[in-house]
Amino acid sequence: MSANLSAIFYLVSGVLFILALRGLSSPETSRQGNFFGILGMVIAITVTFLLVGNFSSELIYVLIFLLVGGLIGAFIAYKIPMTAMPELVAGFHSLVGLSAVFVAISAFLNPEAFNLGSVGAIKLASLIEMSIGAAVGAITFSGSIIAFLKLQGIMSGSPITFKGQHFLNALLLILILVLSYLLCSSQSSNFFWILIAVSFLIGFLLIIPIGGADMPVVISMLNSYSGWAAAGIGFTLENTALIITGALVGSSGAILSYIMCKGMNRSFFNVILGGFGATEQSASTGNKEQRPVKSGNAEDAAFLMKNASSVIIVPGYGMAVAQAQHALREMVDTLKKNDIKVTYAIHPVAGRMPGHMNVLLAEANVPYDEVFELEEINNDFANADVAFVIGANDVTNPVAKTDPQSPIYGMPVLDVEKCKSVLFVKRSLSPGYAGIDNELFYKDNTLMLFADAKKMTEDITKNL
Amino acid sequence: MEIDPFIFRLSIFILSIFIGYYVVWSVTPSLHTPLMSVTNAISSVIIVGAIIAGLAGSTDNVFTISNILGFLAISLAAINIFGGFLVTQRMLQMYKKKKKDK
Repeated sequence: MSANLSAIFYLVSGVLFILALRGLSSPETSRQGNFFGILGMVIAITVTFLLVGNFSSELIYVLIFLLVGGLIGAFIAYKIPMTAMPELVAGFHSLVGLSAVFVAISAFLNPEAFNLGSVGAIKLASLIEMSIGAAVGAITFSGSIIAFLKLQGIMSGSPITFKGQHFLNALLLILILVLSYLLCSSQSSNFFWILIAVSFLIGFLLIIPIGGADMPVVISMLNSYSGWAAAGIGFTLENTALIITGALVGSSGAILSYIMCKGMNRSFFNVILGGFGATEQSASTGNKEQRPVKSGNAEDAAFLMKNASSVIIVPGYGMAVAQAQHALREMVDTLKKNDIKVTYAIHPVAGRMPGHMNVLLAEANVPYDEVFELEEINNDFANADVAFVIGANDVTNPVAKTDPQSPIYGMPVLDVEKCKSVLFVKRSLSPGYAGIDNELFYKDNTLMLFADAKKMTEDITKNL
Repeated sequence: MEIDPFIFRLSIFILSIFIGYYVVWSVTPSLHTPLMSVTNAISSVIIVGAIIAGLAGSTDNVFTISNILGFLAISLAAINIFGGFLVTQRMLQMYKKKKKDK
């Protein structure tokens, strides 16, 4: 296949990838979008085989590795529970990063195969692109591994900070630039290896100071990095499909990080520089006073809800941890049988990744047109009878609107306290990730339900 | 004077960033998780580089380091491609509207 013809096909698959993202603008068109994405991928892979046109002994190995990877991927995709999506996505990002590194090294060792010159005399532009691809890929890989370990709970979610951390990071970034320069001027492979090693280290150091609650930002950010890494490799390979895709994914991740930061009213740098959860938590536990709260049981909650005409459910990460989404849906079904109007309110940063709660509710067969975003539903709380907060905490804290001293001041929150009564399912009075007390616990119209989210929801259903 | 082909690629890159910007803002927030998994799948189009690396080289020695890295990258990218698209499919299948016949 001629290079021009294949370039046109790569362009086609790039366009199909754009359509794949476009499809996600509504759930109706999304499945078609995913199909476009698959089609684009099939075209890109087929064209590459025809372009290289080498059907000798390597081909069998390529196909075997392709098949093995594909089977592993398919197996994971079918087995993974929906609650584990954040870990899965973080893990997948690390694979994109690592394959970018492998491809860059491969191109560096065998530039003839990629039309980039010869060993020791690689074209300058290619060398720069290669180092960018490899460096960003390595950062994505090690960063995603740390994010994965934190999300899995293998590594503690609390931020790891040490003195001079930012200074060290800045130093390493400068080192990367210096190494790239040395690499380009000398073509020596040693600089290339050190460059990759330092990039791995940076990815690791960038993510360890970031706390568990900031994971939505981190995952989006790594999503963005994986895109830029792909784009860097795309420039090296002079491949349009890869350049277009890299740019799409890069900007997609950047936008998601922006939305997540805005949902927490924090600047991007504030999140990246990290250490949020740790410092605030120690400050608040010191002056904690015992204040009276009203607590109730499943019967009280069932009574309140039975007499309500509208109920708003506010799910959070705790619901995912307790796997309570199915029990919740059953409770809602019972409520609906009693002609009670039920809707769901979702805060942008609920859960551990963007849109996490929506997927869990969808999994539990909750129709998506009953699920609303913060701006859409926030005015309805004043007219609702009962707000049922399950596994959410900081995103309902009225302090964000009233106390300028609070670390979460200015963060958009759900106006849960405006409801006639609030049911708050929680295991204990412990503060959320921001490490601050929730004023909502002590309001007169709040009834605390101290229990495991799943068990409590099931008990309420029995009492309805 | 001739324009370096790099400039054309750069143009495609910059314009794609803008396309990405507008397309992603129009994605409904409830589909942000599928968005992440599908972007993850499509960024694995990096497999084209891996395939070139894997198929490159002389026929008498299939296992140069360059080839082996290519093979490994193919597997990693394939995990992502299959895993990413299938898990997106699985998620999207769950998004259902309220049944009208009630």
